[in-house]
Amino acid sequence: MLETLMLSRIQFAANISFHILFPTITIALSWFIFFFKWRFDQTGEPVWMRAYRFWVKVFALTFALGVVSGITMSFQFGTNWPKFMETVGNIAGPLLGYEVLTAFFLEAGFLGIMLFGINRVSPRIHTLSTLIVAFGTTLSAFWILALNSWMQTPQGYEMRDGIAFPIDWFAIIFNPSFPYRLIHMMIASGLTAAFFVAGISAYRLLKGDNKQAPKLTLKIALTVASLLAPTQIFIGDMHGLNTLEHQPQKIAAMEGIWHTEKGVPLLLFAVPDEAEKTNHLEIGIPKVASIILTHNFNGELKGLNEFLGNHPPVAPVFYAFRIMVGLGILMLTIAWVSRFQLWRKKFLSTWLLKFLVIMTFSGWIATLAGWYVTEIGRQPWLVTGVLTVKDAATDIAPENVGLSLILYLILYVVLLVAYLHTIFTMAIRAVEIEEITDDERVLSTVGNHMTVKR
Amino acid sequence: MFEINTLAIVFASLMAFSVLLYAILDGYDLGVGILLPLESKDDSDTMIASIGPFWDANETWLVLAVGLLLIAFPVAHSHVFKELYLPTAILLISLVLRGVAFDFRAKAAFSHKPTWNRVFKVGSLLAALSQGYMLGMYVMGFENTFAAYSFSLLSAFGVAAAYSYIGACWLIMKATGQLQAQAINWALKSGGICFLGVIAVSFVNPLINSEVYQKWFSWPNTLLILPVPLLCFALFVFSYIQLRQLPKVNDKGCWRPFVAAVLIFFLCFFGLAFSFFPYIVPDKLTIWETAAAPESLSFLLWGTIVVVPVIFCYTAFSYRVFWGKVEELRYH
Repeated sequence: MLETLMLSRIQFAANISFHILFPTITIALSWFIFFFKWRFDQTGEPVWMRAYRFWVKVFALTFALGVVSGITMSFQFGTNWPKFMETVGNIAGPLLGYEVLTAFFLEAGFLGIMLFGINRVSPRIHTLSTLIVAFGTTLSAFWILALNSWMQTPQGYEMRDGIAFPIDWFAIIFNPSFPYRLIHMMIASGLTAAFFVAGISAYRLLKGDNKQAPKLTLKIALTVASLLAPTQIFIGDMHGLNTLEHQPQKIAAMEGIWHTEKGVPLLLFAVPDEAEKTNHLEIGIPKVASIILTHNFNGELKGLNEFLGNHPPVAPVFYAFRIMVGLGILMLTIAWVSRFQLWRKKFLSTWLLKFLVIMTFSGWIATLAGWYVTEIGRQPWLVTGVLTVKDAATDIAPENVGLSLILYLILYVVLLVAYLHTIFTMAIRAVEIEEITDDERVLSTVGNHMTVKR
Repeated sequence: MFEINTLAIVFASLMAFSVLLYAILDGYDLGVGILLPLESKDDSDTMIASIGPFWDANETWLVLAVGLLLIAFPVAHSHVFKELYLPTAILLISLVLRGVAFDFRAKAAFSHKPTWNRVFKVGSLLAALSQGYMLGMYVMGFENTFAAYSFSLLSAFGVAAAYSYIGACWLIMKATGQLQAQAINWALKSGGICFLGVIAVSFVNPLINSEVYQKWFSWPNTLLILPVPLLCFALFVFSYIQLRQLPKVNDKGCWRPFVAAVLIFFLCFFGLAFSFFPYIVPDKLTIWETAAAPESLSFLLWGTIVVVPVIFCYTAFSYRVFWGKVEELRYH
């Protein structure tokens, strides 16, 4: 029988992992959509409007899943982690409050106009609404990442009787890891959305869609991916250096360094062994980890032995990090190869299209792996140096947590299957629609909330 | 920086205000979901179109209300939601299901549409029932007694009826013809149940809680508070007369039942808030005991003063954009 603590952790991990899938797409997809709409306003080319109309529907569905899965989060803090708010609520609270007040209402308020109001407001107001929705999603990421980063690298507070009180809000929001984490996550969202758009567009082309819109969106998505993938590797490296400075035990777990040493090799693969405090089956490149992290061949890196009883479990952090980096390199390669071929030949060969379809949701896996690195890497702390996960847990009966966990898991599996199925159904439906000049007729065949005219 | 007692009052008022707005706004869209006729495709499309542009923003008031409880009264938040752990889980799952059904029904394969319609209806109903149940448990002070559970079940149906009532009134305003006539019928039935529910709660609440009794029945309080139940009663009567007369020529006064319902919601909520103030957990914790640090609340209050009026402006703008009858509300 699992304990309440473990069940709560699994439940929180399940909720937040499921939730993050959708914002990761919508944060950047909203900017894609704004771009399509803006280009349509600029050029009047119908192809931009078609691109907009297909992707805005995908956006609406994804956004809805993000909104509703996010509501669960605001309840969980209190139910499963009561000591979290009781200890650091004075800091976490206002950051969450600002997220709701400045971002959630903004998104939700203008989403209605964006989705349903295109014929009820002027084109200018409508485009402005798409811009505000995009801005709102980004603002939401700003606040929530400020809070998450503060939990990783807290500052600007003081402890009085075991409770954290704010001293300097600027220091709290712009804590040491925040700028890196924010940019890293925004680019991750950009890459996720780019591969998502590229994958679905490629799927439509493979299904015999010979319209202009999917070709256009494929090209744009690949351009964005080609630019963002190398940027992400650069930013990720800077984020790593920042982590080395503030959370060296996390780096030691990521790199599988058990004992402090100089000239550390970069491990491409290994099987970390927590009991023996060593790695098996190591494949590494000599001295490279030292070069990356200290910019010196013989740079010294602290090992896990320096943080006994105060470091995260090694294996999940170690593997998740390799999955993230491996996918990042794969995304870079495939983006450049595809974009290069598109540039030289003006079309993509079938195998590349198929590969892009496989890569449709690669951003999800990379993003989740990245979050597992940073969140598991923070253990055993919930707020570094202030509150451990164990101390924050609830005393609710394990049966209740177990029951709610099972319900959530069933729900998430059903929704994920329905989501994926619907996305591809929408793509196929878009293939079947004839290219008609009359936009109204295009709409009615799409078959949405059409109501009877009276 | 503001003084802590002022801050507690301000944030308790803000939270109460968000809960009230949530009950009215998500109330009507949950109500429309509960009333969704599964057999009539055209009507269900019109009904869903009538709430399409609003439901997301409506639900945000719940996030704000729960958020304010979490932020301003963290101890109360843990206390309340630990007591209501399972009903909360059911509420959340229902809200998730109905939220996604809204989009899936329009976008999934056509053959799946009736299924998603059903999910939307059941999700809306379960969300309303669990909210009513939670309200009942809250009023009963989270007791583990048979009386508390029975009262909470009663309250669950009461809230579902109240949401159906305000949802039906919303439809009277937004729909025409056959559907409008149907909505008037729905409003009459659910309004009747809602009326009985309000009376039941009004009697039970002071009877089980002596402090509440003291508040309502001590001179001169009684005289000052008397207009609230009287006005509420008058509004029910007014609403009944209006519903009997509708639809009128040129659809005159189609908005009256909705306005009456909003006012009824307001008065009932005021009655509840008056009964329990300054307790945030009935008989256990007051807002003064549970308030967060003044430096945190001050920091948030400055933003609130600026942002909330802006939220009102663009919410009003959104309602103005979609003003009037539902007609061919397109999704793109």
